[in-house]
Amino acid sequence: MSIHPQLLHLIIALVITLAWVGINALVLVYLERKVAGFIQRRPGPFEAGPHGIIQALFDGVKLMCKQLLMPSGADPILYWMAPILSMLPVMLLFLVLPYGPTLTGMQVDLGVLLILAFAGFNVLALLLAGWASNNKYGLLGAGRAVAQSVAYEIPLLLSVLAIAFMTGSLDFVAITDGQGPWPWQWNLVYQPLAFIIFIISAVGETNRAPFDLPEAESELTAGFHTEYSGMGFGLFFLAEYGYMVVVSSVAAVLFLGGFQGPFGSDGWWWFIPKVYAIVLFIMWIRWTYPRVTFVQLLNINWKWLLPLATLNLLGTAFFMKVF
Amino acid sequence: MSAVKDIFQSVKDLWSLFVGLKVTGKYFLQPTVTVHYPRQTVDPEVEQTFGGHVELVPKPKNPAKPKCIGCMMCVTNCPSGCLTVVKAKAPKPTPEEEQAMKEAEARGEEVKKPKAPKEPAKFLYDYSLCSLCGTCIENCPVGSLQYSHNIYFVGTSRKDFKLDLLKRLERQAENAAKASGTAPKAETAEAASKEA
Ligand code: SF4
Ligand code: SF4
Repeated sequence: MSIHPQLLHLIIALVITLAWVGINALVLVYLERKVAGFIQRRPGPFEAGPHGIIQALFDGVKLMCKQLLMPSGADPILYWMAPILSMLPVMLLFLVLPYGPTLTGMQVDLGVLLILAFAGFNVLALLLAGWASNNKYGLLGAGRAVAQSVAYEIPLLLSVLAIAFMTGSLDFVAITDGQGPWPWQWNLVYQPLAFIIFIISAVGETNRAPFDLPEAESELTAGFHTEYSGMGFGLFFLAEYGYMVVVSSVAAVLFLGGFQGPFGSDGWWWFIPKVYAIVLFIMWIRWTYPRVTFVQLLNINWKWLLPLATLNLLGTAFFMKVF
Repeated sequence: MSAVKDIFQSVKDLWSLFVGLKVTGKYFLQPTVTVHYPRQTVDPEVEQTFGGHVELVPKPKNPAKPKCIGCMMCVTNCPSGCLTVVKAKAPKPTPEEEQAMKEAEARGEEVKKPKAPKEPAKFLYDYSLCSLCGTCIENCPVGSLQYSHNIYFVGTSRKDFKLDLLKRLERQAENAAKASGTAPKAETAEAASKEA
């Protein structure tokens, strides 16, 4: 019996994606600590390896070696399912991203829709984690996570929809091809408002500062993952960084021309720097702004982002119809 | 009208976000200001600005003895209860002296009992409890307490932070005498750790 070539392709893509997710997490943990250090004018990790290069690896090993604990009275199935549920969809999300003209794990016509749909999984995972922990702080954190993610998903969707209107497709490759290699041919120029809304919503969606309310250490002692130890917490952590890369990749595809480069030099060597530029920008935001309160968070979303995104979408639709 | 004003205000406020990004962006590119501790240490002038644990101020004439008069004001006022001062007792009279006193009393003379000296016999301090609030320093009537500049103070157990400040002062005076006055204060990490 021979293996179907497409199945083989998928398996290889999955393995590479797994490795890529792991490497990304390591690099991002290191990068985040370094960026934080430099912004605060200290060196950041420095001792393990030259300039602390292998610090992230040691952190990972330490996390894996820690004992897994479960609070008494917690629901064991839901409790252990939550971190896994948070991590698993991340692989799927990475699979549909177009890294290059031929380098796509799985090209689907509805790639954008797939990402938006499965990104919602994370909310479910957070809710389960908080609910099953038998801990009031966990439950409060979960409630906040849901309120926040649901709220920020709407402007995110609307800004993505504006791009989909322009291209007339939900396929990542088609959207990439709809833009040119040079910066003035990117969607960013035609849709600056959508880009700003997308980035703000993405920061809200990935629970990063200044919108990291679900894990506000100052009020909730850590939010939905209060009770998780070792790799239970590690998986949430990995997923968070995974989602960060995913939203940055989506932003790069939608607004920065994806894998396109000048003089026909398309490929992942254009895609990855664009993604990491956005990741760095999100980190920069994190270490600049203080955390907002929950009221402010929801106000920003419902009073500003949502009306603006709606207006932007209507405007786009109008222009597409008229011209 | 106010809604329009609100919108304008919000847009103006938005600008402050970019100012913030500019500040952190500039810091990102500037050199670091910390030192890599075990390999580098901070400059002595910087060290002098550090307010470490509480220590005793020596008498101007006798560096081995504190200015303290054992009034217990610091102990009474410390909110964390980390100071223990034991007053010195009056010296016990020898049997001959006692005899002499009794005789004098029998003769109806006024007996002068020896007074307790105005100095502490023990001055213990638990740094692990101290909140460095400075209340003791402010309340000392003779200015016998101050913050030390002991910046490299580390320990491996809680016991390491229970200090006998009298002994510490004596040791400091000895070290200073050994260095013949050239280095009255600990200026290096090793000296500081010895001193503590
Ligand atoms: S600094 Fe405050 S807490 Fe520390 S010993 Fe003095 S009074 Fe007590
Ligand atoms: S250190 Fe000052 S306040 Fe404390 S017992 Fe001595 S003289 Fe009194």
